[in-house]
Amino acid sequence: MSLVIHVNGAAHTVAAEPETPLLYVLRNDLRLKGSRFGCGQGLCGACMVIVDGKAVQSCDVPVSAVAGKSITTIEGIGTPDRPHPLQRAFIAEQAAQCGYCVSGIIMTAKALLDVNPHPREDEIRAALAGNLCRCGTHTRMLRAIRSAGEGAPT
Amino acid sequence: MSVAPAPRKLPGSLETNPALDLWLAINADGTVTVRPGKVEIGQGILTALVQIVAEELDIGPERIRLVGAATPLSPNEGITSGSRSIQESGIALRFAAAEARELLLARAAAKLDVSVEQLSVKDGVITARAGGSVTYWELADESLLRRDASTATQPKPAEDYWLVGRRLDRIDIPAKVRGDPVYVHDLDLPRMVHARVVRPPGPGMQLDSVEVHEVETMQGVIKIVRDGSFLGVIAEREEQAIRAARRLERVARWHGGGALPASDPRYLLECVSEEEVVSEKGAGGAAPDARVFTAEFTRPHIAHASLGPSCAVAQFSQARYTLWTHSQGIFPLRADLASALGISENAFDVVHMEGAGCYGHNAADDVACDAVLFARALPERPVRVQWMREDEFAWEPFGSPMVVRMQATLGADGGVATWAHELWSHAHSTRPGGKGGVNLLAAWHLAKPVTAARPANPPLPAGGSHRNAAPLYDFPQQRVTNHLVRAAPLRTSALRSLGGHVNVFAIESFMDELAQAADADPVEFRLRHLKDARARAVIEKAAAMADWRPREHGDGEHGRGIGFARYKNLGCYAAVIVEVAVAEMVRVTRAWAAVDVGQVINSDGVVNQIEGGIVQTISWTLKERIDYDRHSVTTRNWDTYPILTFPEVPNIEVAFIDRPELPPLGAGEGMQGPTAAAIGNACYNALKVRLRDMPFTRERLISALV
Repeated sequence: MSLVIHVNGAAHTVAAEPETPLLYVLRNDLRLKGSRFGCGQGLCGACMVIVDGKAVQSCDVPVSAVAGKSITTIEGIGTPDRPHPLQRAFIAEQAAQCGYCVSGIIMTAKALLDVNPHPREDEIRAALAGNLCRCGTHTRMLRAIRSAGEGAPT
Repeated sequence: MSVAPAPRKLPGSLETNPALDLWLAINADGTVTVRPGKVEIGQGILTALVQIVAEELDIGPERIRLVGAATPLSPNEGITSGSRSIQESGIALRFAAAEARELLLARAAAKLDVSVEQLSVKDGVITARAGGSVTYWELADESLLRRDASTATQPKPAEDYWLVGRRLDRIDIPAKVRGDPVYVHDLDLPRMVHARVVRPPGPGMQLDSVEVHEVETMQGVIKIVRDGSFLGVIAEREEQAIRAARRLERVARWHGGGALPASDPRYLLECVSEEEVVSEKGAGGAAPDARVFTAEFTRPHIAHASLGPSCAVAQFSQARYTLWTHSQGIFPLRADLASALGISENAFDVVHMEGAGCYGHNAADDVACDAVLFARALPERPVRVQWMREDEFAWEPFGSPMVVRMQATLGADGGVATWAHELWSHAHSTRPGGKGGVNLLAAWHLAKPVTAARPANPPLPAGGSHRNAAPLYDFPQQRVTNHLVRAAPLRTSALRSLGGHVNVFAIESFMDELAQAADADPVEFRLRHLKDARARAVIEKAAAMADWRPREHGDGEHGRGIGFARYKNLGCYAAVIVEVAVAEMVRVTRAWAAVDVGQVINSDGVVNQIEGGIVQTISWTLKERIDYDRHSVTTRNWDTYPILTFPEVPNIEVAFIDRPELPPLGAGEGMQGPTAAAIGNACYNALKVRLRDMPFTRERLISALV
């Protein structure tokens, strides 16, 4: 059956069963590979996207539940020429090793900065409590998110 | 292919791959192609290699085009592991690029009719002092590098460096923060299908029967693949493959297994083991009235726990397999696949693509074998297989459990008089490419199974379970004994630093205990037993960074401790000091690291590795443990295998002792032992309670306190 979902500002008709996790629709139907499979149970954050302003783990939400809502993925927040401030800050701080977790972490951070442009460090840490990074690049990511926040208008 | 023996050993991997055009091409379009055999596993190696080549050739790093490792094209550099990539690939490329520069300068001298000494190079433009210039791009042709490396090449002296030793931004990070499809997980080929494997519930189990009819008729299912106890399903869509695999799991009947030991590393002490004295020094034994100290340290099975479960894509077409994999060793993998399938290695093209960080031998090779088996069953169509998180936790090869028993005596001078270190462990390498068998999980489950290669340790001096077991301290008498328990109930293999994590944890915790017994400051006590100037320098540096106060005391809640090691006793030197806050749980609140990696290639890359190594080790040491019952691994997801999270990560300060004149040493694995020990020592400093069994969980802490 087919459903219409709104991703990065465009409507897409997808032929998937309604219970299909959003992640597979994003990756395999829309070919947006930046959201990644980590655990399938919403325990690691590698698949994080923003749905109506909230950070949501796309491995754990059926596509039918987000029909009609506004979905933003990592591919929708910047372009190679005009990266999002968070993407710029992650490059400036060299805040990655393998990078598999990075897009999910940037999406969680974006959801935070969108409502709280100048978070304290403990607020950033708390917001990222559900995002795992196995390489241990946390301190760089925290610096990057702080500096992206500092660049925002007060 | 046979290679004529070189008169002198060539540097790094040039020794086994001497053809210069295997490594480099200077192109007419102003670019340089670089083909390393080592692979990017998130450690930033490719950027460091770019830096080395750009430095030797005197060109801008943006001119370099890196080609990822692939069996048809690349030098065979074995496995990317052991923090050896700079020493092997980096040094090979340094000499290859230096020789390319010499050859280009010789051509330029002939063309400009001047001597080589008259020439200088800037970004590939060669200029003669008296005027006249020519570029690399004009001079190079295919014949330039069609030769074996010379043993006479002189790379640039360190004082002339303009790029090596500085920060160069990682070449792979922009694409990663954009969410570009950079991993093998993201490969999307025309007509690609998806597969999932259904593993037995536990090791040693065989498939009895499986009623496939109800699964075959599920939506999207293309084929159920069964070969002995290897069972899986191929479907058009990924979620269909997952659903079908879950259904298959419910209808499959298995027998056997049930032979797992108690979930406590001390089971090793009851096992048959092979005993080897790996270091012995001095004789005479302890003085009769000497004070004898003993202690026992353990680590359970722990997991690589890559954030992305392992993945591979394979296609079988016209009697050839093409395989895309994040294996750390595409050539050894190819050899094992050929043996498993009973066909020639030449039937495979194996192409490396990045995966999630692996930190050693995870399931990358196993899933590659799965993909090949599915591709064999469904010719022509590319098959993508990703393990589920539960598969990765249950079936990856774990870091071995270990038990270390220490015994020492103190002399009348308060120094260590005798030292004995005895360890029990499984082997730390069961990678593909082992001798006498095949190390691929699915290959053992086939109807015509191939046997596993004998589990083995990398030999000393680097060692496996005995890595870092011999102390770097200068003791008058020492004896180090390895008990290798070769038969492992759960597969074990290389995990970052191998036995170094536990051996250094034991040595450095015990040194702290002895310092305490000798009524000495732990920093001073270490220095008293160390002659190696580089070792002393990192300890002194870390103490200065942390503003260490001699004999400083914890306050019952906070404390600090130090740990030191030279990785493998031949790699980088590191001293780590941590501060802990202990309430219901142990938390590391700050860390300081002083490191000597010899010559630094990419300064920020090294810092990134050091910080990451510290964070990962805090996680191992405080939290991580694989659990199992008689039949199977019960740890299956992050809820039962918690790792360190953002709220728990400390701030970390890193300093180098820069030695640009000395050979570069890998930095990826130097932190594990020192960090683990520093945490244990800090807990003692805070609480006057010694934690010797990792992980230092809340339960362990409580039972130590009562």
